[in-house]
Amino acid sequence: MENIDPSLVDWSRAQFALTAIYHWLFVPLTLGLGIIVSVMETFYYKTGNPEWKRITQFWMKLFGINFAIGVATGIILEFEFGTNWSNYSWFVGDIFGAPLAIEGIMAFFMESTFIAVMFFGWNKVSKGFHLASTWLTVFGATISALWILVANAWMQFPDGMHFNPETVRNEMVDFWAVLFSPVAMNKFSHTVTSSWVLGSAFVIGVSAWFMLKKREQSLSTKSIRIAAVFGLTGALLAAITGDGSARQVALHQPMKLAVMEGLYKGSNPAGLVLIGFLNPEKGTYDDDTNPFLFKLQIPGLLSLMANRELHSFVPGITDLINGGFPVEDTNGIMIQALSAEEKMKRGKIAVQSLASFRTAHETGSDSLAAIHRARLEANYGQFGYGFIKDKKELIPNVPITFYTFHLMVLLGLFFILFFAISGILIHKDLFHKWKGMLWLSVLSVPLAYLCSECGWIVAEVGRQPWVIQDIMPACAAVSAVSTGSVQTTFFLFAILFTVLLVAELSILFRQISKGPDPEH
Amino acid sequence: MDYTFYQQYWWFIVSLLGAILVALLFVQGGQTLLYSIGKNELERTMIINTLGRKWEFTFTTLVTFGGALFASFPLFYSTSFGGAYWLWMLILFCFILQAVSYEFRTKSRNILGQRTYEIFLMINGFGGTFLLGVAVATFFTGGNFIVNKSNLTNPLMPVISTWTNPLHGLEALLNIQNLLLGVCLLFLSRTLALLYFIRTINQEKIIQRSRKQLLYNTLIFLVFFLLFAGITLFGKGYAVQPVSLEIYIEQSKYFDNLLKMPIVLLLLLTGVILLLYSIIRTLTKDSYLKGFWIAGIGTVATVLCLLLLIGWNNTACYPSTTDLQSSLTIGNSSSSLFTLRVMTVVSLLIPFVLWYIFKAWKAVSNKPIDAKEMQEKGHQY
Repeated sequence: MENIDPSLVDWSRAQFALTAIYHWLFVPLTLGLGIIVSVMETFYYKTGNPEWKRITQFWMKLFGINFAIGVATGIILEFEFGTNWSNYSWFVGDIFGAPLAIEGIMAFFMESTFIAVMFFGWNKVSKGFHLASTWLTVFGATISALWILVANAWMQFPDGMHFNPETVRNEMVDFWAVLFSPVAMNKFSHTVTSSWVLGSAFVIGVSAWFMLKKREQSLSTKSIRIAAVFGLTGALLAAITGDGSARQVALHQPMKLAVMEGLYKGSNPAGLVLIGFLNPEKGTYDDDTNPFLFKLQIPGLLSLMANRELHSFVPGITDLINGGFPVEDTNGIMIQALSAEEKMKRGKIAVQSLASFRTAHETGSDSLAAIHRARLEANYGQFGYGFIKDKKELIPNVPITFYTFHLMVLLGLFFILFFAISGILIHKDLFHKWKGMLWLSVLSVPLAYLCSECGWIVAEVGRQPWVIQDIMPACAAVSAVSTGSVQTTFFLFAILFTVLLVAELSILFRQISKGPDPEH
Repeated sequence: MDYTFYQQYWWFIVSLLGAILVALLFVQGGQTLLYSIGKNELERTMIINTLGRKWEFTFTTLVTFGGALFASFPLFYSTSFGGAYWLWMLILFCFILQAVSYEFRTKSRNILGQRTYEIFLMINGFGGTFLLGVAVATFFTGGNFIVNKSNLTNPLMPVISTWTNPLHGLEALLNIQNLLLGVCLLFLSRTLALLYFIRTINQEKIIQRSRKQLLYNTLIFLVFFLLFAGITLFGKGYAVQPVSLEIYIEQSKYFDNLLKMPIVLLLLLTGVILLLYSIIRTLTKDSYLKGFWIAGIGTVATVLCLLLLIGWNNTACYPSTTDLQSSLTIGNSSSSLFTLRVMTVVSLLIPFVLWYIFKAWKAVSNKPIDAKEMQEKGHQY
């Protein structure tokens, strides 16, 4: 292979997206439902009421079906960093690999050890040991999410590292900066709390279905009571942490923010689009076509979200490509933003300096190596731009990012209302009487999945073309395998995961329709 | 403690994880015995249930092994996984099939039917174990790759590690030494599974059949193990000149490593003796049911030593058969000193992790499975 085929990059992306999307169908239910089950078992432990045990075991059964397929899809993701993104694995493995290894040692073993006690230990261990095992399983799953999200956040905001031209890789210099980066903390809390929303919606939806069928009234009422409180807490926290995430995106990935909002031309103040329809006629970022057919926006809100100031400038796609607007540098000094062309120029200088450094280093010319190293370091912030051939590559897919972002936000608002109303209705013993609410609850389950997947699509499509923001684009990260090989494995995964998903749903629906074990 | 110490330490940790993984492959080995040991539905249910309570340990260890390899030796990870693409992908497919099969097998409306999930378990058992053996053998025999870090400065082809064989890993199946280890691992996993059945299933016929099968599986395992060990220890090995870091081929390199590392030699012999002792005692004494634990410890010790032979004592841990000087060593493929130090702190948790695994394992498996338990209510596979 003499050149990287662009279609190889696309197929490798597609394969990773496919596995991530499938994996993310199962993880949030594990995180959300896991806590609800643990709370239910805690009630059983405290009251000794066998009905709580029956309720716990019913939801635990559904948890188990979902968990197995989550494990199956998860293993692929870790290894795909090596199989499909091998260049990436070396370039940043020094930083990125550590959270994955720590995840394995700290979280996976906890999960896999205590889940066995959770499922098979009912008659083998004490009630306290069993309860502790259930909580530890969920705790392990949540810790696992922490580490993988720390790793993901680092790709969106690479911090705590420096580039070593001798080893041609980025090396970690500050572990705490990687772990506690504001992007990581926001991403973790937003992802986990949004998973609570999904878990709660699932419990309310299934319980509402029982109510529609006039079955399991007591189980359903008790379950909805817990899920409504937990879901509302999750939805409110997800809104707060979502705002925090948006602020981080504005700081570190301004292009992603512009694309999320379909903002081509920046303004002061900038409004947040509440509802909008993009104009399909819009061709390139710099044509004169209006990007929207229709939009309803809240004035100044985007400025407030992005900069915490109502009257502040938020750059659009065109501004980010052309540069020239005032921006704060890392030392807090106002400078003029660089244009994409300038960044690409500097990126090429950085790449060339690395080549020259290596030549000088190998030939023992230390003084020359020092000059090239200094030039590389001065331009390293734009290293990834050295691989960009056309500045249009720097713009992520606008329609996908825009629509998924707005759908996520609208659904997030819907869920705040939904859980609040659910809580009130169940408190007043009216939930089961409102048929419309029961059907809405059932419908809320797929909506929660849609919301959750949209969040990830925004995060990942919105950061293209970067695998590591500004440092490495996807085209420089890929493994040198044939496109045909990746196409083949893509379709094999697609078929296998789809078959397993259908089987999982069929089993899940059957278990729900069977309901919990009969009362004694 | 210097950089070399941390590199050696992390090779030890990765080797230990690999060794534990091999011991835990008894789950896969047990799956391959589903029909030969379980002659009716109840017996097969007992086998599935005793294995099903442990399958996640194997899975988790595989993932952690991959994660630790990625974090501590990223160039090894990226070169092997990105290059031997098809070999690793086939292994992954085998493991995807396993993950759902226990949970879905007997559930009503599982679409594919119980037999299909049992076939999935068979594929995972035979294919996953054999292919893992082949993949690990390539750490001794090498792969067709070239590493050139300066490639990153070529925007058209910036890939550092490139595989020169278009089969992308499938060529490993054409190497006799790799195949020997693949078969050896398969029969070792079956041997361990039989000892596990004897320990954890309270059913006379299953125990009888397991004892009978134990003899055949052990013999096949031993033949392949001795052949692999003989070829590997006394065949060509890949050595590193400690000052110039030049890689060169040395006859009997791995045997030489054993002689130069007497503790490893001692541990290897202890491991082999423990493994054989547990098997012979199980075969000769009907009341002896605890062979699994001793065999497990023996397996961990033996495999740990074999993996240490690849990385320690100036040895190339992933030789390149295309360009000898591209071969990877624990020195040129490891993470930075800072990262290894950070992870070393985290690795101090490992004894605690092993402790709670032991406690939980004991709590769930303190009593062997019997027919009565399979007919009781509760979570069952």
